[in-house]
Amino acid sequence: MKINFLHLIRIVRHGWKNIWLHRLRSLLTVLGIVFGVASVIAMLAIGEGASFEARKMIESLGSNNIIIRSVKLPADAKTQQASLLGVYGLTDRDMRKLETIPSVVRIIPAWEMEEDVWYYGKNISARVIGTLPEYQHALNLSIKTGRFFDYTDIQKSLPVAIIGSTVRTSLFPAEDPIGKSIKIRSSYFTIIGIAGEKVFAGASESFVAEDMNIAVYVPISTTKDFFGEYEVKRTTGGIRSWERNWVQYHRFVVQVSDTDKILATASLVSDILSQTHKKQDYQIIVPLELLRQAERTKRIFNIVLGSIAAISLIVGGIGIMNIMLAIVTERTKEIGIRRAVGARKRDIINQFLTESVILSASGGFIGIMLGILIPKAVTKFAGMMTIITPWSILLSFSISVAVGIGFGLYPARKAAELDPIQALRYE
Amino acid sequence: MQQNDSIITFDNVTKVYHLGGIDIPVLRGISCEIKKGEHVAIMGPSGSGKTTMLNIIGCLDRVTSGRYLFEGKDISSFDDDALSEVRQKKIGFIFQSYNLIPQLTVLENIEMPLFYQHLDERKTREKAMELAKMVGLGDRIKHKPSELSGGQQQRVAIARALMNNPLLILADEPTGNLDSVSGREIMKLLCELNEKGTTLIVVTHDAGVAKYARRIIRMLDGKIVDEN
Repeated sequence: MKINFLHLIRIVRHGWKNIWLHRLRSLLTVLGIVFGVASVIAMLAIGEGASFEARKMIESLGSNNIIIRSVKLPADAKTQQASLLGVYGLTDRDMRKLETIPSVVRIIPAWEMEEDVWYYGKNISARVIGTLPEYQHALNLSIKTGRFFDYTDIQKSLPVAIIGSTVRTSLFPAEDPIGKSIKIRSSYFTIIGIAGEKVFAGASESFVAEDMNIAVYVPISTTKDFFGEYEVKRTTGGIRSWERNWVQYHRFVVQVSDTDKILATASLVSDILSQTHKKQDYQIIVPLELLRQAERTKRIFNIVLGSIAAISLIVGGIGIMNIMLAIVTERTKEIGIRRAVGARKRDIINQFLTESVILSASGGFIGIMLGILIPKAVTKFAGMMTIITPWSILLSFSISVAVGIGFGLYPARKAAELDPIQALRYE
Repeated sequence: MQQNDSIITFDNVTKVYHLGGIDIPVLRGISCEIKKGEHVAIMGPSGSGKTTMLNIIGCLDRVTSGRYLFEGKDISSFDDDALSEVRQKKIGFIFQSYNLIPQLTVLENIEMPLFYQHLDERKTREKAMELAKMVGLGDRIKHKPSELSGGQQQRVAIARALMNNPLLILADEPTGNLDSVSGREIMKLLCELNEKGTTLIVVTHDAGVAKYARRIIRMLDGKIVDEN
């Protein structure tokens, strides 16, 4: 088909004029497309935002890691009397055994305790984590200023600490924390570094997420020296209800040599631990598996959203077809006149197809505007992260154009097939 | 002014319409010849087949049998696109009810035939302006047809018919909707065009219109009954 570009512009201008002439009708016609496109973009943006947060969070646990957490089991009735001193969780023995798995690169133990951290009058309840220097890299922890502790600090059991970004902002809103001392229980720790901010997406269904920004990292030898291996918790109830538990390690970060070996390693870990632990006082978290699960969920989410969007776009397309058929009838005489002065069938098809594409594309355009505004509003008012991807805009716009062509073709052909003589006589 | 080469040749042309399973013969064997530069009036009562004949001449309709030669070429076998091209390049139509497109301005209506020839927009516009001035509507080009009188609308239609420099102008009852003064003006305009060389065929049942023509073809029941 020989259409030069300038002529195409003229056809488009003509079509736009006709649509503009019936602004209200055109607007009502394209509402279906508008909402279809807007919902595609908005829902994809919200879904993308949610999965981005989940992915970030899971990645912050390290996708090459397996994380084992000690879990305090609820005391059963039989042992309740004797459980003045509870013993649970991961031990040195577990660590030595797990280190024999060939695919395990290293195991980084961590001791954790929820403690009030003080700086003069201010305090914040933070997670104090005693661990090894490798912890930083295993969990992709960035250091904004200062440094992470090293093996010299470990050997000397120095009272040094690295604080998370939230701890920093609440204890040191206007000061440089480096070199200052914070108080945990009755000991003072010198701050040597501040961790960079980490995305925190809240708790997901499969595991309790931890906000890594409310953490204080100290050498594991220091925690042992200062706090021992007992955790003391006040339980609900009277003054004497103190609970003492003996826990050697709260957490192992198991680094695996190869991503492909993670699942196999995880099942080995589970086997080994189940041999030594009578009760399952531990939880194995495989971030990679969570990541895959999140991706699966996202895929299903996308399919559902896709079908909803497809339905609304089809409905929108039918709306356009309906109005185009009405327009063809309304302008039968015009078609006759145009044919009489020499328009070929394909000129008529081009004219009406252009109009339906202009309709659907402007609907798509309005839909894109709306679809960009909705996620912004969601972010502003619901505090949810949203990401508008360029491909979602491109996709929904092309779909709206395709809808215009698909549903405009039949009315356009119908217009072209009109008998010029009959059309001229039409009143 | 008349030249000898013929523009239209009808050779035993018939036209039959099929309506609800019944064949209705409208043209029953018409043979005639119209030469370049002629001014012909086709007359006859309604139902005599004169409009059908005009539609066939104008390439809007096809013959059922017989041959129709346009500029010596048999166009009975032309397909839709080829017929469109003949209309686009060689023929200008004028209708009884003006048939202007209501949402377009006077100028846009005049320009329309060239729209399909993909020509330079500026030249098209200049030509349309020129024609609007020629038919005396140079100051009304931005108006919509509904803002014009019948006579003015018909003059727009004439300007539109001239847009493609046609060999042939076909007018179907061009004065049918007009008062006598406007009707005379329109006929004067058409006669001037004919004098400049454009072949003019007018279908009418108004003897006052037909008298402008140098030749009158009278039709009755699908046949030519008189030709002079």
